Amino acid sequence: MPAKKTTKKPNVTADELKTYYKDMLLIRRFEEKAGQLYGMGLIGGFCHLYIGQEAVVVGLEAAAEEGDKRITSYRDHGHMLACGMDPNGVMAELTGREGGYSKGKGGSMHMFSKEKHFYGGHGIVAAQVPLGAGLAFSDKYKENGRVTFTYFGDGAANQGQVYETFNMAALWSLPCIFVIENNQYAMGTSQQRSTSSAEIWERGKAFGILGEAVDGMDVLAVKAAGETAVAHCRSGKGPYILEIKTYRYRGHSMSDPAKYRTREEVQKMRDERDPIEAVRTLLLTGKHATEDDLKAMDKDIKKVVNDSAEFAKTSPEPALEELWTDIYAEMEA
Amino acid sequence: MATEILMPALSPTMEEGTLAKWLVKEGDTVSSGDILAEIETDKATMEFEAVDEGVIGKILVAEGTEGVKVNVAIAVLLEEGESADDIANAPAEKASAPVPADKAQSSEDAPAAGMSHPEPQVDTSPDWPGGTPLKQQTVREALRDGMSEEMRRDDSVFLMGEEVAEYQGAYKISQGMLEEFGSKRVIDTPITEHGFAGIATGAAFGGLRPIVEFMTFNFAMQAIDHIINSAAKTLYMSGGQMGAPMVFRGPNGAAARVGAQHSQDYAAWYMQVPGLKVAMPYSASDYKGLMKTAIRDPNPVIFLENEILYGRSFDVPELDDYTVPFGKARIWREGEDVTIVSFGIGMSYALEAADKLAEEGINAEVIDLRTLRPMDTGAILNSVMKTNRLVTVEEGWPQGSVGNYISSVVMQEAFDYLDAPVINCTGKDVPMPYAANLEKHALLTTDEVIAAVKKVTYK
Repeated sequence: MPAKKTTKKPNVTADELKTYYKDMLLIRRFEEKAGQLYGMGLIGGFCHLYIGQEAVVVGLEAAAEEGDKRITSYRDHGHMLACGMDPNGVMAELTGREGGYSKGKGGSMHMFSKEKHFYGGHGIVAAQVPLGAGLAFSDKYKENGRVTFTYFGDGAANQGQVYETFNMAALWSLPCIFVIENNQYAMGTSQQRSTSSAEIWERGKAFGILGEAVDGMDVLAVKAAGETAVAHCRSGKGPYILEIKTYRYRGHSMSDPAKYRTREEVQKMRDERDPIEAVRTLLLTGKHATEDDLKAMDKDIKKVVNDSAEFAKTSPEPALEELWTDIYAEMEA
Repeated sequence: MATEILMPALSPTMEEGTLAKWLVKEGDTVSSGDILAEIETDKATMEFEAVDEGVIGKILVAEGTEGVKVNVAIAVLLEEGESADDIANAPAEKASAPVPADKAQSSEDAPAAGMSHPEPQVDTSPDWPGGTPLKQQTVREALRDGMSEEMRRDDSVFLMGEEVAEYQGAYKISQGMLEEFGSKRVIDTPITEHGFAGIATGAAFGGLRPIVEFMTFNFAMQAIDHIINSAAKTLYMSGGQMGAPMVFRGPNGAAARVGAQHSQDYAAWYMQVPGLKVAMPYSASDYKGLMKTAIRDPNPVIFLENEILYGRSFDVPELDDYTVPFGKARIWREGEDVTIVSFGIGMSYALEAADKLAEEGINAEVIDLRTLRPMDTGAILNSVMKTNRLVTVEEGWPQGSVGNYISSVVMQEAFDYLDAPVINCTGKDVPMPYAANLEKHALLTTDEVIAAVKKVTYK
């Protein structure tokens, strides 16, 4: 099966560019604040930040339509903000408070929003892959024309259940976009040390699944590839793979000293390939926005993020009775 | 306003650390993401990044300082236009770290739910009204009828698994269902338990009601991550927003001469998991009635069947919509000398033993739990309060068995009623052997149940 490389750059308006800039910046500032709250002991356990990978979810959400579904792993804060979930509810879940999306019972890795069609937030590496295909199965069963974005990392790509899922998704033509967020490190193990093939998306060929590699530091390239994938799935041709080459600036989790890569490597990505800086440059050089416009946006976002932190600090801890609720759903009469 | 930079917690367990090295000095301008310092935790040396931009006004903790507590100010960051002189006036922003819930409330406040059975609540109503016409049906037919009736009732119910469609079921449970419901709703899967259990769970998240057949529950060990981590826990983790209304079903426990990897009884494993419901029926009417209830239940249900029972016939009521509620035991035989509690194929031994004991003048009350989660402990307690003696019967292994749990409940709730220690009759503590004579010994026998009853009745 030949690779189908998306080469066309989408026609993008100034307003769209500004939206992508704002959406990406929101994720970055939110994650920086989450890191800070973790350091203050307000967020416990594991906390996996999305900084550096913002263009992936923002580009793909730009290709999605209302009703499309998404599911991902534990590095999930960016996905939730990008699909329109409330930063207050996300941050309050990180601090384990009543106002969190899961009433404080899920935490950083386990959040959901039925309203925004966000199906988690899963802590077992690659478990979300068959679950995502199952969501796509439900849409195909209902013949509703929806597609599911199933996100997983380069590390998850080595789990057997991914290939069990590829097989069934192709066999049953499920409308599922498998999004491999390749940030080059599975926790502390580089792709070179963990993965026999350089191009992970090419593994789909064994199942007859089309796909392509995408520059994940370029939000416009991600959006264009997302549109190709969505069109493919929505037209009933079955699954599609996007291997989005991205990079996370921070450690795997908050407690990762990141000794498996050099400081220079991270700095070089930040300096040369930062997805937010790239759109900022496009906005300024295209005269779509002034420095002052961008400063104003930055200020607005800072306020949203600070408000979310304040909400997350002041929202009460869940009532003790919550320990015993939501274990079983009640039978509908 | 100047902000204090606080000593960060860099792992879930860190309380203090060593400020190994400053990578900035007073007067340096920093922006978010710049590395400020190296901090040694109990596990590693970590880099500590700036969140805000500004100028390092003052370093409060010198490098090399050990035992710096988390949330202690280690430096002060100045914003544009501020000078180091302003620092003295800057109000210190203290982290409002919450008191962990487990320290804030004493554990005595929390009800020990799940272990509290003050008064046994017993529902002794019959399963069907007197005078209902009955027909003899095998467990196999009853199961198929239960599934088919629910599939006619609800379009979102579908059956998937290995060989369920064109082959008509590896054990012929789904015979004729492909013909009636078509390949959209009766779906052959590849041999890929982990994968299809995950897909079915995702389909349940998406609003469908899957029935997943495992050719045997031994194969479900490949899928147990999705059964427990994905299906059972999602309702709780999502704060009640979404769960997995679905049934995982298939034969469980020993069949005959199939060796260690095909003969395990998983009743005690699944019974342990909050979020799951577990049914393990014995009779054909219960297979049918509980299967219909399982499909309608909005939670993931583990439905443990038995290959040896598939071909056995029982009375099944001829009713349009016959269901059996979860959590209601059935008393098969009333007696006053001893209580025998069992479920699934264990009931064969229990009932046979009770017949033989009756010939010797010992009248056993025999209780079929039918579902293990929820478990009708009220029925057990009620009976033990009458008989004062208890024997539990199951084919599974002894350590951490269903009987062990029942024993603990009875000790806590009815200790004063017991006239003898509870005995748990179980399979032997060995992997299932193949040789016919060894297999017979590994399994539970009716004679062992009889011996246990005699021991607790001091006969």
